[in-house]
Amino acid sequence: MERTHLLNLLWNQQNAQGFISQSAITEIAKLLKISTIEVEGVITFYHFFHQKPTGKYIIYLNNSIISEFKGFREVKTTFEKETGCVFGKYDNNPLFSLFETSCIGLSDQEPAALINFYPFTDLTPEKVISIIKDLKNNIPIKTIADNPKSKIQYIPEDDKTVFFKDYTPGNSINKLKENNADSILKTIADVNLKGRGGAFFPTALKWQACKKNSAKTKYIICNADEGEPGTFKDKILLMEFPDLVIEGMIIAAFVVGAKEGIIYLRAEYKYLLPKLKETIHNFYNNNYLGDKILGINNFTFNLKIQLGAGAYVCGEETALIESLEGKRGEPRIRKYFPTDVGYLGKPTIVNNVETFANAARIIELGADYFKNIGTEKSKGTKLISVSGDVAKPGIYEIEWGMTVKELLQLCQATAPNYVQITGPSGECINETEFNRKICNEDLTCGGAIMVFNKFRGIIKILENFTKFFRSESCGVCTPCRAGNQILFEKIKKLKKGLCTSTDLQEIKDWGNIMKLTSRCGLGKTASNTFSTATEKFSDYFKFKILSENENQNVEFDMESAIQDFDSIIKDNHH
Amino acid sequence: MKTVTFKIDGRVCTTKKGKNLIEAAKQNGVFIPTLCHFKNRNPLGTCRICSIKLNGRSIAGCTIQVDEGMDFEVNSTEMLDARKAILEMMFVEGNHFCPSCEKSGDCAMQNLGYEMGIRYTRFPHLFVDRLVDARPERIVVNQNRCIRCKRCVEEVKTKDGYTVFNATNRGNETVIGIDYKQEAKLSEVEAERAMEICPTGSILVKGKSVAKPFGQRKYDYGQLGETIPFNKTKINHTNGNKKIVATTSLAGCFGCHMSLLDVDLGLLDLLEVIEFNKSPITDIKKFSKHCDIGLIEGGCCNTDNIEVLRAFRKNCDILVSVGECAIWGGLPANRNTIPLEECLKEAYLNSMTSEDNETCIPNHEDIPKILNKVYPNHEIVKIDYHIPGCPPNANHIWSVVKNILFDEEFSIAYPEFKYD
Repeated sequence: MERTHLLNLLWNQQNAQGFISQSAITEIAKLLKISTIEVEGVITFYHFFHQKPTGKYIIYLNNSIISEFKGFREVKTTFEKETGCVFGKYDNNPLFSLFETSCIGLSDQEPAALINFYPFTDLTPEKVISIIKDLKNNIPIKTIADNPKSKIQYIPEDDKTVFFKDYTPGNSINKLKENNADSILKTIADVNLKGRGGAFFPTALKWQACKKNSAKTKYIICNADEGEPGTFKDKILLMEFPDLVIEGMIIAAFVVGAKEGIIYLRAEYKYLLPKLKETIHNFYNNNYLGDKILGINNFTFNLKIQLGAGAYVCGEETALIESLEGKRGEPRIRKYFPTDVGYLGKPTIVNNVETFANAARIIELGADYFKNIGTEKSKGTKLISVSGDVAKPGIYEIEWGMTVKELLQLCQATAPNYVQITGPSGECINETEFNRKICNEDLTCGGAIMVFNKFRGIIKILENFTKFFRSESCGVCTPCRAGNQILFEKIKKLKKGLCTSTDLQEIKDWGNIMKLTSRCGLGKTASNTFSTATEKFSDYFKFKILSENENQNVEFDMESAIQDFDSIIKDNHH
Repeated sequence: MKTVTFKIDGRVCTTKKGKNLIEAAKQNGVFIPTLCHFKNRNPLGTCRICSIKLNGRSIAGCTIQVDEGMDFEVNSTEMLDARKAILEMMFVEGNHFCPSCEKSGDCAMQNLGYEMGIRYTRFPHLFVDRLVDARPERIVVNQNRCIRCKRCVEEVKTKDGYTVFNATNRGNETVIGIDYKQEAKLSEVEAERAMEICPTGSILVKGKSVAKPFGQRKYDYGQLGETIPFNKTKINHTNGNKKIVATTSLAGCFGCHMSLLDVDLGLLDLLEVIEFNKSPITDIKKFSKHCDIGLIEGGCCNTDNIEVLRAFRKNCDILVSVGECAIWGGLPANRNTIPLEECLKEAYLNSMTSEDNETCIPNHEDIPKILNKVYPNHEIVKIDYHIPGCPPNANHIWSVVKNILFDEEFSIAYPEFKYD
């Protein structure tokens, strides 16, 4: 059997047994003709796979910073109290297992949890009590799960809307009949569409590179592994306009001559699976997928969905490809572009959900439609997920060029002080930058804006981010794996109040080394927010650090250094 | 194959097109350090210690195939420092107690430490407690020393093509796991090769780990036990103003002081230009003068060490950490991976010689309290210089002191600087 089946084989075991047993590992290894340590390597990489028995209900509570500020702690303790279990422990409770998890794409409805991958939103201690009671009474989980709302809060005027306007399935791909690959590429290039996952690589260039490759087999992959904390715009697209996304993929396939496509859906969005499958089914029925699509000769395109298993780094395109190949999601070295050597060594296009949807709209509406929307270099609109200290969290379709201030007004932010652009891997801005425009010329934004008011502790935000990177690093390269641990030591020191201006300088210097030497985008961006925050919020940090002392003693917490000894002596004398 | 021209730090170099940069640089006389790279193999790009800049963008050198017109920045201040920082990260991320490591002298990482001139690490040591796995048939894997370069993952295969090692877990918990079943298939020779390609002391072969005598190891330059004669102290400062030196041993073994005395008769020359104040050598217990320089051996493991160290800071213009214990904790820091309670109970209550209810953990207001871990001196007070070694060579110590006190230039020969 092919290695590419590994993730699904593991999912089968996980779903059937609640964990992946040693004997199952041996069997899978035998089936794939690989050693058991390779299977274990994959299992332990993804946090939704377990090697020890779990309860009937596995509860994953989101621990993102938004959740933390909206009552994570109370909800967590209530879960523990009601179930009698402890988070992160395999305690052989037949009913429940509790785990924390990184952002699950419900930042506008936090605190949120997944129970057996069904979403539960806006949790409060009371709600948790009732959920656990219902589950104990064997009430089917499907009936009590929440239907996550698509909070679309803002759409520009009719003639400027791109995503959230009327949609008729097939409108976009029907245009393929009167076009050829080159004319489509030209239209995409005219609008200057850039990758919406956050890297903003020109889409037409990527497609062109893949098209040029003479290989027979090529792949189109939709990156629906939306893991950047605070981002949930792709989820809304997959919920509301899955057809649009698939049409975008079909267009890409038409351009580059690919016959197979895969949607890599993060496991956190498993509840979107039925609708996605149904959509694909309808596409086949309408001859939008399969052989001789729309009657075009030699145009074959088949589409399937691969479920991830919980790993932020798989959002990086080469890590995603590795994951699809049934391996640990470790980003590849930058020797080849995926458009030359991608999935199974074949030319591959990996694009974000929003990019495909946008491409479909561009073909449907024509390049002229976009002429007057956006800025000089950023044409069209952008989907932004807004969360945090705002009255109206949710999705905003904004015209490129809108200022942060305008957006903050739209979402009714209260006393905004610290705004995180794109998520932890992006950048933070302070009040003086609220006039900056959201577009590629000024403030690039991958799709999330988290707003924090002046009562939120910045160190707490940075601690959450650093912890996130520390555990989500793939662990392959030294600067990212070790660097994030070392930066976390600085957070601990800051929290104890032992830092001086030397420490703040070191945070910047060390962060820069990670940026210089890390293997992929995760490590290169992980330190960015931390090091810039110390400058942009210098007034805040001024009160968090000590002045250098004259007698050249380094700040040292003697009390905590002897605390262990004192308590041991105390315990042993009783 | 076509010859191409490229630049390293502005210098024009030539090589065959498509040659790996590490090899191409070597051909042209430029050394780029690596730990994961193998000649003629697919690059791994894991250790990142070969980070350089290509046309202004930083990238791992081992992943580059040289092409016409490429412009590399290798030995700029920025990149030299970045590479050194990565090696320092490796040292703090695991437990690298070279004096007690079987691989010492055969260790690529240790050697690189010397090559790159690492005296101390700018980062705090993390002191991890990972698995030392002796369950495999022939191999022992010490996770504490592993830098996760993945050489073994890629290179060690069974005859029927199965991998023996593979990375497990993720993030800061990533470790290299071993497949017992596949490992058992390895021949003695294959197992020894695994040990050899491991750039640290993480993979050892049972019964073979110390087979090669010290002094004959790959990176040994001097013979074991070879003494290096002390350079005569010729100092022109005869104006009668002797410089004042203080020394102390905190959580150390006095080995650095023994080394200090290794200057033998040279000490007499030294005494013409320096005077000892508080020091075990003079047995002066309290500072009676302000000193020019303080030499500290050992780190801080109890409250008394901290008091002494702070007194030194107050009474000395310049403080020097001498030896590994002073610099980062050294051998006493072996205990930093174990909770204090376990250490004390093992030592005083549960040891072979202690009898039930007869012994207790010493505790009195007159004896210092044990700290939760051993701290390096620079985490307590500002330290001006670090002299690495276990112990540092006498020549080395006095050359540094003379340089600091009398501005004397000095150079240290390779064998003087190597301690394994």
